[in-house]
Amino acid sequence: MSFLDYFISALFLQAGYNSALVAIGAGLLGLAGGGAGAFIFLRKRALVSDAISHATLPGVGIAFMLMVALGGDGRWLPGLIIGSAISSGIGLLMVEWITRQTRLTEDAAIGAVLSVFFGLGIVLLTIIQTMSSGRQAGLENFLLGSTAGMLISEATTIAIAGALATAFVFMLRRPMTLVAFDPEYAATTGINVRHIDLAMMGLALIVTVIGLKIVGLILIVALLIIPPVTARFWTNQVGPMIGIAAAIGGLSGYVGAVLSAAVTSLPTGPIIVLVAFGFFVISALFSPLRGGLASALRHWRFQRRVHRRQGLLALARREPIYDGFTLRILRHSGMIRRDGVATLRGKTASQKAARDEARWAMARRILPDDSAIERYDGLTPIEDMMTQDQIDEIDRVIAEQTGAPA
Amino acid sequence: MIDSLITALGAEFVQLSLTPIVIGILGAVACALPGNFLLLRRQALIGDAISHVVLPGIVAAFLVTGTITAVPMMIGAGCAAIVAVILIEIVKRLGRVEPGAAMGLVFTTLFAAGVLFLEMTDTSSVHIDVQHALLGNLESLIWFDAEGWQSLLDPLALATLPPQLPRLAVVLVGIVLFITLFWKELKISTFDAAFAEAIGIRTRVLGFALVVVTAIAAVAAFDAVGSIIVIAMFVCPPAAARLMTNQLGRQIGWSVTFAVISAILGYVFAGYGPGWFGSPYAVSAAGMIATISGIILLLACLFGPQRKRTGQRAEA
Repeated sequence: MSFLDYFISALFLQAGYNSALVAIGAGLLGLAGGGAGAFIFLRKRALVSDAISHATLPGVGIAFMLMVALGGDGRWLPGLIIGSAISSGIGLLMVEWITRQTRLTEDAAIGAVLSVFFGLGIVLLTIIQTMSSGRQAGLENFLLGSTAGMLISEATTIAIAGALATAFVFMLRRPMTLVAFDPEYAATTGINVRHIDLAMMGLALIVTVIGLKIVGLILIVALLIIPPVTARFWTNQVGPMIGIAAAIGGLSGYVGAVLSAAVTSLPTGPIIVLVAFGFFVISALFSPLRGGLASALRHWRFQRRVHRRQGLLALARREPIYDGFTLRILRHSGMIRRDGVATLRGKTASQKAARDEARWAMARRILPDDSAIERYDGLTPIEDMMTQDQIDEIDRVIAEQTGAPA
Repeated sequence: MIDSLITALGAEFVQLSLTPIVIGILGAVACALPGNFLLLRRQALIGDAISHVVLPGIVAAFLVTGTITAVPMMIGAGCAAIVAVILIEIVKRLGRVEPGAAMGLVFTTLFAAGVLFLEMTDTSSVHIDVQHALLGNLESLIWFDAEGWQSLLDPLALATLPPQLPRLAVVLVGIVLFITLFWKELKISTFDAAFAEAIGIRTRVLGFALVVVTAIAAVAAFDAVGSIIVIAMFVCPPAAARLMTNQLGRQIGWSVTFAVISAILGYVFAGYGPGWFGSPYAVSAAGMIATISGIILLLACLFGPQRKRTGQRAEA
């Protein structure tokens, strides 16, 4: 089966029960990650999740050792998940405690917790490696994630937990939106901001812990950060932003997992992250709201209007035009002939531009407090921004002054 | 007692442990020094971001040159760090994204790309892998030709020192020079950027220079000790030092002390500690050094004389 065939069949969940479950699980994980990440992003605490994710490692190690000590299989996923949740919870509380109790800033607390917990986790992993060789195989996969050889029970665990996390995000969306958007206002409506903040972080923690096996602890942060940043390009409103972030996260997880199932050599975690980044690049370039292409286009249009206006004013004042760009624009819009002489259309337009300029100049003198003056961009015709009465008044004063002796 | 100490610090110690400890100390101090300024400028996580993007740089250098010699690796890593800093700036500006999110976006993506490169190219014959990148190989930096302390005076034996040692030493000297030469400018622009600007200090250039110095420290230390120590040393010793004093000079002194203590204790605990519990295996030295630095920071948080904010009390 060729890659494309396999990819398409995997995309429609036809490539086996296990990879279908993994894809659904990764999709749900991305959905919850994007949604929870959106609140954290709006609260400007994106990197706290970095500390949370690194802090899972000692928990994984300790849980493994405990389960082996109790005579069980150290690799039992729910046990490892519980262990990682406890240790990353402690890490989260440490960040809060350091920020609150000392004068260290939050970024220092994040950096300290993530590096120390990660270091401790690595120490535990090296101890595990010496314990009973063979049985520990696979714990390193928590660093970068791996879905190859995942058990059906593990895939099911991840899919169910992902669905639960998504449901959580959906249930808490209203208070979290309020707190993320305007914490002071949220507090006055009787919401306990601290509790909601903790719930928000708890959600990030759940997403991280579920994502360990698929995306790995180093890269799971990406699922909380990239979708909201991407969604921000498409909307200025909180509600839609959360929805878009969740959708992008879900798609990234799903498509990434399918890709990695289709090409066996591709590690799952990095692929999911790179798919999410692909969505970011597309949005950064093509979003009509804030995308690079749209703003370049806006800039180009504005430049054209400025040159056109300046060219017309020069025509009206019978000044020679030297700027090549200005000449081109005037020629293209039929304002001047090839030899630079104004056409009839050009004459009318230039007179109108000159009159507009004179009216604006007078408006600035006699109506300095008018809101239109403040909003004026130097290009818009006065008829679009002032009432006919105002314009008549301006014309009257102009006529008075030009008629009266100097 | 004294006999055992002499054996403990004898020929075997010089051969197996002296160089890793010295390299650990050099790496820790090289990271802790610029870490002080990053911490005060609220850029503590730049070190974290840079140490993540070093991986794709190294892989790219390997893909271009096909070898794993140190110089192209370091150039590749340095370039990747600078590319990352520029990318973060672009994402911040273009998307009007807050710095933390922009940083997280860039470094996770670059790291993912690095891992992907690594998996897709055949690097099994050479020893770059993710484990090595994270953990370094401090334990393996032994001095084969050393026969005891007298080897320190033997030019032939000195020539076989692990190359990471002189490299890190040069980088450390460079960092110390940078900080001494620009001491006044760094200090003023760190505490009062507006005033620094007003008296003609080019704060933006200085800020970028600081990031470049950070990147150099990260890359040099990364090769020897892995990214865990790098991230931990950028943050933990300076943060603990910040809780000890209100004065920048003393803070730097404290941070160097803490970095040295972490490196020595961490290495000793990792190498000899398990033996005290009857285990013949050593644990990860890099992980242990990071852990010790965390314990020092915890103690500073609990007992440091300047641990509270001045001016206003932290709200309960």
